[in-house]
Amino acid sequence: MALVYQRTCGLLDVPFHYCPGCTHGIVHKLVAEVLCELGLLDGAIGVSSVGCTYNNYEYFACDMQQAAHGRAPAVATGIKRVLPDATVFTYQGDGDLAAIGTAEIVHAAARGERITTVFVNNAIYGMTSGQMAPTTLVGQVTTTSPYGRDAATQGFPINVSEMLATLRGAVYVERVSVTSVKGIRAAKKAIRKAFLVQRKGLGFSFVEVLSTCPTNWGLSPVESLKWVDTAMQEQYPLGVFKGADLEVEP
Amino acid sequence: MARVEFREDRCKGCGLCVEVCPKHIVAMRCDVLNAKGFHPAGVEAMDQCIGCAFCAIMCPDEVIQVEK
Ligand SMILES: Cc1ncc(C[n+]2csc(CCOP(=O)(O)OP(=O)(O)O)c2C)c(N)n1
Ligand code: SF4
Ligand code: SF4
Ligand code: SF4
Ligand SMILES: [Mg+2]
Repeated sequence: MALVYQRTCGLLDVPFHYCPGCTHGIVHKLVAEVLCELGLLDGAIGVSSVGCTYNNYEYFACDMQQAAHGRAPAVATGIKRVLPDATVFTYQGDGDLAAIGTAEIVHAAARGERITTVFVNNAIYGMTSGQMAPTTLVGQVTTTSPYGRDAATQGFPINVSEMLATLRGAVYVERVSVTSVKGIRAAKKAIRKAFLVQRKGLGFSFVEVLSTCPTNWGLSPVESLKWVDTAMQEQYPLGVFKGADLEVEP
Repeated sequence: MARVEFREDRCKGCGLCVEVCPKHIVAMRCDVLNAKGFHPAGVEAMDQCIGCAFCAIMCPDEVIQVEK
């Protein structure tokens, strides 16, 4: 018998601190697997953001740097410009990227920085116990929208991928989910493409992953997957918003 | 012939592997508690495993290894 699935070399053998069934773990595995499979791990530098994944520098088996809340794209820009041969990525949640860090992500994309952003959208501030995020769905109950998000006073969700795709510097933008084996395979393909876009020096690449937060959504891990497939996907349709025709495979 | 191995102490009992197994042979072991205090997942009818690795791909916590 041969091994058909084993732990990726891109992650250190340290248990994640994430809640049971939280799909942050799946996204970590995909990023790590892609870096290993492309032979990029040794030259990779990741930037951890602020959110439940603030300390994922303890998990990835490559160099990592922690950034202040929302500033990961600015830190990644500096790293990439000083070390242009490095493969530089940010790993950011929706509270980090679409609230306090909106300016940084928009301008990194507009400048066409040759970095890759993995944007994990779970429609909530997970780490701080489930407050409303800019990405929270209309009607979604959170600790700061106890009667459901009311668009009249709290506005509408931000579709970050669609917004960034309007910028010339953003050359590859895709939204994926990790709610099934098929979805996970598609998400891995997207992350692989995003890193290859960076290696070719084509510009800014961005993958939004719809992810779960069972703890703060008040759903079981399995129910949470279903909620992504239904409620979340209605607001955030999957697809390639930029760069569908790019040929980057070596 | 295929075989799955669970690193039982890493399991958080989330049940995502149970959900995706096409042979429905993964189950939570309600009679066992691991070091974290969760009921871990496991497989009884290993002879029915087809080695598809769906359970392992879905596991957020790198608990599962698959041989075929
Ligand atoms: C300057 C600053 N403001 C606010 C906070 C509090 N804070 C920590 S994490 C977070 C939001 C994280 O949400 P998200 O990025 O969606 O990550 P998740 O935990 O959901 O993965 C906030 C507001 C902080 N740490 N620093
Ligand atoms: S609070 Fe939510 S996002 Fe954070 S680890 Fe738990 S389930 Fe995941
Ligand atoms: S490898 Fe496939 S058949 Fe075997 S336990 Fe896992 S999901 Fe089920
Ligand atoms: S998916 Fe992983 S952590 Fe969740 S129950 Fe299965 S083996 Fe345990
Ligand atoms: Mg979040």
